[in-house]
Amino acid sequence: MEKQVYQIQHLLPKSYIGKLLLESELPEDPNIIKHFTKLPPIKKELFQVICQRCNNKTPHLFGNIPCAKCNGNHIYCRNCIMMGRVMECEYLYACSGEEVKWTSYNSCLTWEGELTKAQQHASNQIVDAIQKGQSEFLVWAVCGAGKTEMLFEGIEVGLKLGKRICIATPRADVVRELKPRIQEAFQEVPVQALYGGSEEKEGSSQLIIATTHQLLRFYRTFDIVIIDEIDAFPYHHDPSLSFAVNRAKKTKHTTIYLTATPRKDLRLRIALNKLPHTFVPLRYHGHPLPVPTLQISYSLQKALNEKKVPQILLHWMKNRQNPNRQLLIFVPTISLADELTTYLKEQTEVLFKKVVSVHAEDEDRVVKINQFRQREIDLLITTTILERGVTFPSVDVIVLDAGHEVFDEAALVQIAGRAGRSADDPTGEIVFLHDGKTTAMVNAVRSIKQMNKRGGF
Amino acid sequence: MHCLWCHEEILQEINWINLLSPPKQTRICYRCSEQLIVISGNRCPQCSRLNERGICNDCLRWKELFEGEDVITFNYSVFPYTSFIKEVVAKWKYRGDYELGFIFREKFLQFFKEAFQSVSDPIVVPIPLSKERLFERGFNQTEMLASFLPVETQHVLTRVQGEKQAKKTRVERISSENPFNLKKKLNNSVILVDDIYTTGTTLRHAAKLLRESGCPDVYTYTLVRG
Ligand SMILES: [Zn+2]
Ligand SMILES: [Zn+2]
Ligand SMILES: [Zn+2]
Ligand SMILES: [Zn+2]
Repeated sequence: MEKQVYQIQHLLPKSYIGKLLLESELPEDPNIIKHFTKLPPIKKELFQVICQRCNNKTPHLFGNIPCAKCNGNHIYCRNCIMMGRVMECEYLYACSGEEVKWTSYNSCLTWEGELTKAQQHASNQIVDAIQKGQSEFLVWAVCGAGKTEMLFEGIEVGLKLGKRICIATPRADVVRELKPRIQEAFQEVPVQALYGGSEEKEGSSQLIIATTHQLLRFYRTFDIVIIDEIDAFPYHHDPSLSFAVNRAKKTKHTTIYLTATPRKDLRLRIALNKLPHTFVPLRYHGHPLPVPTLQISYSLQKALNEKKVPQILLHWMKNRQNPNRQLLIFVPTISLADELTTYLKEQTEVLFKKVVSVHAEDEDRVVKINQFRQREIDLLITTTILERGVTFPSVDVIVLDAGHEVFDEAALVQIAGRAGRSADDPTGEIVFLHDGKTTAMVNAVRSIKQMNKRGGF
Repeated sequence: MHCLWCHEEILQEINWINLLSPPKQTRICYRCSEQLIVISGNRCPQCSRLNERGICNDCLRWKELFEGEDVITFNYSVFPYTSFIKEVVAKWKYRGDYELGFIFREKFLQFFKEAFQSVSDPIVVPIPLSKERLFERGFNQTEMLASFLPVETQHVLTRVQGEKQAKKTRVERISSENPFNLKKKLNNSVILVDDIYTTGTTLRHAAKLLRESGCPDVYTYTLVRG
């Protein structure tokens, strides 16, 4: 066994280790191909068809194609097509990374910051889980707890043990944000970031940061998978993503989950004591989470229909505790974001110099978010794309039409978590403006208060 | 039935009309179909570009280049190149999501009838892909578009092999730049079908070959005006 390990590592470029490739992605060199195993692309059972790459079983997510390559009419998978097309007439090729040994790094953590007591407590437990090879561990940390820093010591220990590590997250924004921070903390260790359209595509490094989508290309190779923002879209909507994460792990693995707002399934396992976990109820700066206030406006829809800024909102804007803070307004739809921006500009001219909207389909979103960060914009109207992953030092937050279905409990807690992020301004006002209370709003406020209580406030 | 683009379920409304006649195969939901906006307003009669003042400068230049008579009688395009269309076309063509082409069927057929009703006995000729491209993609998007049309289709064009092109000297290449070969002469009017009209150069290469071999007139019908 030992000998085989040696051979694989010397004959096979690292970019092929632990990969699941399409025929079109396969290199021509027979010396490389021989390390791959052919797998059937699509399994046809009596009552269902299953894509063998993404585990898609939904009939309308398969398509038919008159294929010019094999001259046949056959199916292909539409579910995972953004990662290349799985065709019935082409095999999948897997190169297991199960037996491969990776480099052992001695004290490779170059980060010189200090953890708070709460962070240190969680960090110790992560290290412990990794050292013991515990299969699962969950860190439930409030928005602004400084989760990334809590991972550093665990990653260091993993790298010392020669483990391959992936930090996976549903959101490309989060990958982009994490990459420089992780690289900065482990300066001698090559780190690659993979997401749709990323510059790096190889996926050959020992330490990888990737969207969960990208894990569709990996095969039994990671000893440690850290899933950040496990409750974020689309992970909990798309079962093929957790399937991909599971296949990318080695048989023996450690999975660490990070979340500020765990969904029902995880909460249930926590409550039943079926999932080892830790709480981090304190923000890194030691101040409690600002608690949202609910404000009702019976004429909310009427005002929006008439393209008027709701009276109650105007009143609040004029009487903010700290008018120097920037303002984030969350709205449920893209069209409302654009509309509101137009008339809000006119009707609040005195209060705000520059008002801009941003949403997922906005080509300038990265630029606009940066301008907001530089304080070049003082009011940003956004859809839920800014609910997580982005940090601004000093903002007040409004959720407009907070009763809308897109604002579930997790979204509201995340949105509230945008306020009071810096030690210089650790508070902020959060208003849920609605025309009828929802359970989501009530639960969000309750869970924020609970966390504060747990944190000793 | 689920929407081909957003996968939401499409609820077919049952009323007297579709109870009696079989319902139209709707493959896209109402919300997505609202984004399928066709070109409207004044367009260049020659190339379908939005233009207030008749024939656009580009088309005048083509006319000049062909000494008074453009090889294309006119081009008609259905959609402007909006970000939505761009996204759908990219996923259809480059990702190879064949089924997405059906999103365009209804409109592509409807405007064909409107734009080319006066052309008698036309033959539709889809612009071919190179062999390598075709194998890579698995299908030719222009053939799919042609299959939506209610007239005879003939595959009379082929791509000049990339390799051969490379082996030629530069002089040879410039004088015979045409990337197409004609397999068979056609004596009917021809409507060339392509997915995008950008500069119109490729389509004119194909049209030139057809005209030179005796085709009375060549039109082009394209999904998108780039
Ligand atoms: Zn699939
Ligand atoms: Zn095939
Ligand atoms: Zn749709
Ligand atoms: Zn024109």
